[in-house]
Amino acid sequence: MARRSREQTAIREQEPSIRKTNFEEVCLGYNLEEGQLEAARCLQCKNAPCIEKCPVMIDIPGFILAIRDGDMAEASEVLSKYTNLPAICGRVCPQEKQCESVCKLGLAKNFEPVAIGKLERLVADWALENEQAVAKRTEPVIGKVAVIGSGPSGLTVAGDLAKEGFDVTVYEALHAPGGVLTYGIPEFRLPKRIVQKEIASIEKLGVTIETNAVIGKTITMDEIMAEFDACYLSVGAGAPNFMGIPGTSLNGVYSSSEYLTRINLMHGYQFPRYDTPTKHSKKVVVIGGGNVAMDAARSAKRLGADEVSVVYRRSLEELPARIEEYHHSVEEDIQYNWLTNPVEYLSNGKGELSGVKCVKMALGEPDESGRRRPVVIPGSEFTIEADTVIEAIGQGSNQVLLSTFPELTLNKWGYVEADSATGATSVPGVFAGGDIVTGAATVILAMGAGKVAAKSMAEYVKEKKQFSPVS
Amino acid sequence: MNKITKCQQLSENEFDIWVEAPRIANKGLPGQFLIVRADEFSERIPLTIVDTNKKEGTIQLIFQVIGKSTAKLATLQAGDTIADVSGPLGVAADIKQYGTVLLVGGGVGIAALYPIVKGLKEAGNRVITILGAKTAELVILQDECRAVSDELIIMTDDGTLGRKGLVTNAMEEVYTRETIDQTWAIGPSMMMKFCTAVASDHDVPVFVSLNPIMIDGTGMCGGCRVTVADSIKFACVDGPEFLGTEVNWDEFIQRMKQYQTEETDSLTMYQKEQMAHGETK
Repeated sequence: MARRSREQTAIREQEPSIRKTNFEEVCLGYNLEEGQLEAARCLQCKNAPCIEKCPVMIDIPGFILAIRDGDMAEASEVLSKYTNLPAICGRVCPQEKQCESVCKLGLAKNFEPVAIGKLERLVADWALENEQAVAKRTEPVIGKVAVIGSGPSGLTVAGDLAKEGFDVTVYEALHAPGGVLTYGIPEFRLPKRIVQKEIASIEKLGVTIETNAVIGKTITMDEIMAEFDACYLSVGAGAPNFMGIPGTSLNGVYSSSEYLTRINLMHGYQFPRYDTPTKHSKKVVVIGGGNVAMDAARSAKRLGADEVSVVYRRSLEELPARIEEYHHSVEEDIQYNWLTNPVEYLSNGKGELSGVKCVKMALGEPDESGRRRPVVIPGSEFTIEADTVIEAIGQGSNQVLLSTFPELTLNKWGYVEADSATGATSVPGVFAGGDIVTGAATVILAMGAGKVAAKSMAEYVKEKKQFSPVS
Repeated sequence: MNKITKCQQLSENEFDIWVEAPRIANKGLPGQFLIVRADEFSERIPLTIVDTNKKEGTIQLIFQVIGKSTAKLATLQAGDTIADVSGPLGVAADIKQYGTVLLVGGGVGIAALYPIVKGLKEAGNRVITILGAKTAELVILQDECRAVSDELIIMTDDGTLGRKGLVTNAMEEVYTRETIDQTWAIGPSMMMKFCTAVASDHDVPVFVSLNPIMIDGTGMCGGCRVTVADSIKFACVDGPEFLGTEVNWDEFIQRMKQYQTEETDSLTMYQKEQMAHGETK
């Protein structure tokens, strides 16, 4: 056998100078030949640590072996046992912190781990193009379940329970399903046609998705409880936080949620073909260091801004964003102000933003998260000229549904209390998972929670039906 | 769902439509609104629920053409379908027995005022209503408001209907002659700002219904944020009804202008397309 390459098989990407002017996908993915080359690097470990580190425990060596053998149908079959959204996870999971972080090949000196995410994506994209629709199940319906929210967690529950023989209805408040996959993560990282196809494949399992249904308003929780045997709450953490510094109400100040919703859900980057406007900003400042901040900054660049800078209160070492996206952003001329925090938004006198007054920070003692706490350096104030500022400092729990459902126990941060082993909440028959339980986290963790909940929901309904058979 | 059952033009730019939306018809309360998207290219825009018909499962919407989205809605006929209608959203108006209430509506804001007038009358209040507009044909829902008011005063800028003058002139008179327990003012932001000033001069509490720029309408973006009693509120979930005296009006009015240029360009382009389309027919 040929010696294993130390490096991952190179992946084709759009040139930075070109891609920073469009919203097309940056990473072009492997073709079959490149995929087979990469698959051959896998050591096929017996007790593969990568499986343990995957929140939905995909048989990673299994699907990689099938790729190596050129059997894409088999690879897809393996993936579909574990995940309902592989084309999405292959693209947006932080593999460097999960499966790829423990790859034995990657742990060998001077070797890069197997590109598991890129391989998953290859298989999933192949399946979306080549596989026949799964026929809708005709076996007797075990029970009726409602899923509130059509983000990654809700879609996972819906897919898993439909496969089990449940009648599943998903309620979505917006006009398009997908949650953060649709309104949050931009086209250049996650093409919406992929999201639509993946959602369509879940609908083909027999799942009904109802859009424009705001639970708590359009339909009450009482009505949901009366109509369904069980329900899964996966409404996410979609209420934007604002820092609340002076000038927050100036024109030109956005939450990242608004900025990205305008662009992604409403196609603002295609204004005026689509009716929702976005601003022609010249100088943009993005506050924050997570994936959302990267997405906002790179979107602003693509909308034609001359200068885009990220203001982050810690340093590169603590940046919570995916390292791949950070590198992409640097290649696209996004500037960084490390150890910097905004203290005031300045006005041009006409109610519009003219600049961001900042202070420099120094790293002090580690806080409860283990990261060194940033402290203000006295007298370090300076101003960055800006006509647009986007706050990407995190989201909290949206109270629209929760405020109408007082029976449900919440924790002190306003998130739903749910058993991590079952997804069960304080109300019998009501399960919950994803960001509404954990606070803003990752797509794959939300899916993992969905997997767990789907299993215990199935058990719950079966047990309930035994004691009270359908008349 | 979302099929238009009836439509009529009220004035040059104002339209009145009834839409099939049984769930919303069942749940909608005075003061609540909807998010409407005319077609797959459209914006999501907020419109107040004017009236509901639970039996037929329909809701009434009244809108004024001020931009591309409303211009598109105005082209729809009975039998056509609106792509998306989501709601009822926002907190309902605080309808209860106050005693004597004064309700003030301006322009297309009368459409948002009417369900509150009706609700307050049903709750047993003595209701005095003031309607104001630039000119006679813009005083919408006159008969409907008259039917649920103990007294109706109409003011027009040009004196073509009722009395010539501003709604605030009529408010002064009513406050001077009798005790009012609660006031509502709904209309253009400048009107609501001045109505708030008049009501508070007379120590009458006043509710206003804010209509900022919205996108989702469910509290997930903060585009509709307003400063109320010195803290940030989202009009779509915390409102749209607030105490007028607690609203930072100058900031609110400023934020309404955010997309003026883009909105004008978008409408002009649409109208040109429509004209070109018409000529080729």
